[in-house]
Amino acid sequence: MKNFFASRWGIISVGGIIGILAALLQKLGNPGNMGICVACFERDIAGALGLHRAGVVQYIRPEIIGFVIGAMIAAYLFKEYRPRVGSAPIVRFVLGVFAMIGALVFLGCPWRAVLRLAGGDGNAIFGLLGLTAGIWIGTLFLKNGYNLGRTQTTHAAVGWMLPLIMLGFLILMLVFPQVEGQGKNDILFYSLKGPGAMHAPLFLALIVGLGIGFIAQRSRFCTMGAIRDLVLFGQIHLLTGFISLVVFAFLTNLALKQFHPGFAGQPVAHTMQLWNFGGMMLAGLAFALAGGCPGRQLFLSGEGDGDAAVFVMGMIVGAGFAHNFGLASSPKGVGPHGIAAVIIGLAVCLFIGFSMRKKTT
Amino acid sequence: MSTTIDARGLSCPQPVLMTLDEIKKGSDTEIVVLVDTDTSKENVARAAQSQGCTVTRIDPDGDGYQLFINRA
Repeated sequence: MKNFFASRWGIISVGGIIGILAALLQKLGNPGNMGICVACFERDIAGALGLHRAGVVQYIRPEIIGFVIGAMIAAYLFKEYRPRVGSAPIVRFVLGVFAMIGALVFLGCPWRAVLRLAGGDGNAIFGLLGLTAGIWIGTLFLKNGYNLGRTQTTHAAVGWMLPLIMLGFLILMLVFPQVEGQGKNDILFYSLKGPGAMHAPLFLALIVGLGIGFIAQRSRFCTMGAIRDLVLFGQIHLLTGFISLVVFAFLTNLALKQFHPGFAGQPVAHTMQLWNFGGMMLAGLAFALAGGCPGRQLFLSGEGDGDAAVFVMGMIVGAGFAHNFGLASSPKGVGPHGIAAVIIGLAVCLFIGFSMRKKTT
Repeated sequence: MSTTIDARGLSCPQPVLMTLDEIKKGSDTEIVVLVDTDTSKENVARAAQSQGCTVTRIDPDGDGYQLFINRA
């Protein structure tokens, strides 16, 4: 059977649907210009689990759970579930950690970078330029034979681990819901104010997440791949989906009166442009070396890719480091050690890029 | 004559890079690419077509696929 979603119009529809749903989620309660942000939402999950104690960003985000499980349902339904693992997992973990640190210096993943743009946040331009620069550096490594080695087919249960962890988070959330006015309910932490306290209703967010996970798995939607394929091969297939996301999010924002152009005072954003650029450059390079944007890593995890699951865990742990060590930015600007972390992260990524070449067979 | 590229188990975009390298070399008319995911299958086919090649056949091969790419 022909896969419609893998066609040009398929990927454009998927980008459009994600753009519209992201803007709607914001209307339904998610933070400003953060209808869907994979990095921010994984950071909130890390907070809800107490892996960091930044009180304003603690909430188990059902969208993330939905992405993984929705992708898994699609993969099983279309016989694309392929349990596989063993391609440099520790390197993928480290890349996940630094991808998260870079994203939290900018304050968003590539999805949020374009959602910020679609909401009128001019600072996002510097983030997107940094993202492109980081991916461009990554393509230089790819051209010079950088690779992570081969995966191996494994037991189906290996591929179930991240979907099961996500299911576990969902159950925890249902068993230990937020108690009005309390920051902790036995197990989970919940923000009382700030972005973590802003969220769409649980089941709506979960359904949207499941739907996006499903169609994103079918379409292979990847924001990093969009820029990488353009730079590396001049291919615009994935890019059309990425552009469609911006256009439809922008139009939905206009319709919902959520478009507010400017640089200062944008929701959950800062105006230190060099570090908007630098943070996203680090994230872009890490995504390029790992082979997918954070959203794509979630969908791959749902398809049975155990290495992508390790990248996801790296990002969640990275969020812990970012908030415990003062690396993450806030609307006031970069954290006390954010700049040092970006420089260290770039050095680590360059080391990985230079030292892991050839040896594919 | 045909050349076989084994891109099984490699992450994105390695299978496409290997296929394009082989197409550029231009030594054989037929290139057979082994991949193990549907994403790689679609990406390799799309990349080959963008270079003016035709994908003549896609056969199941174990858990993955064999793509037959014709340069002519």
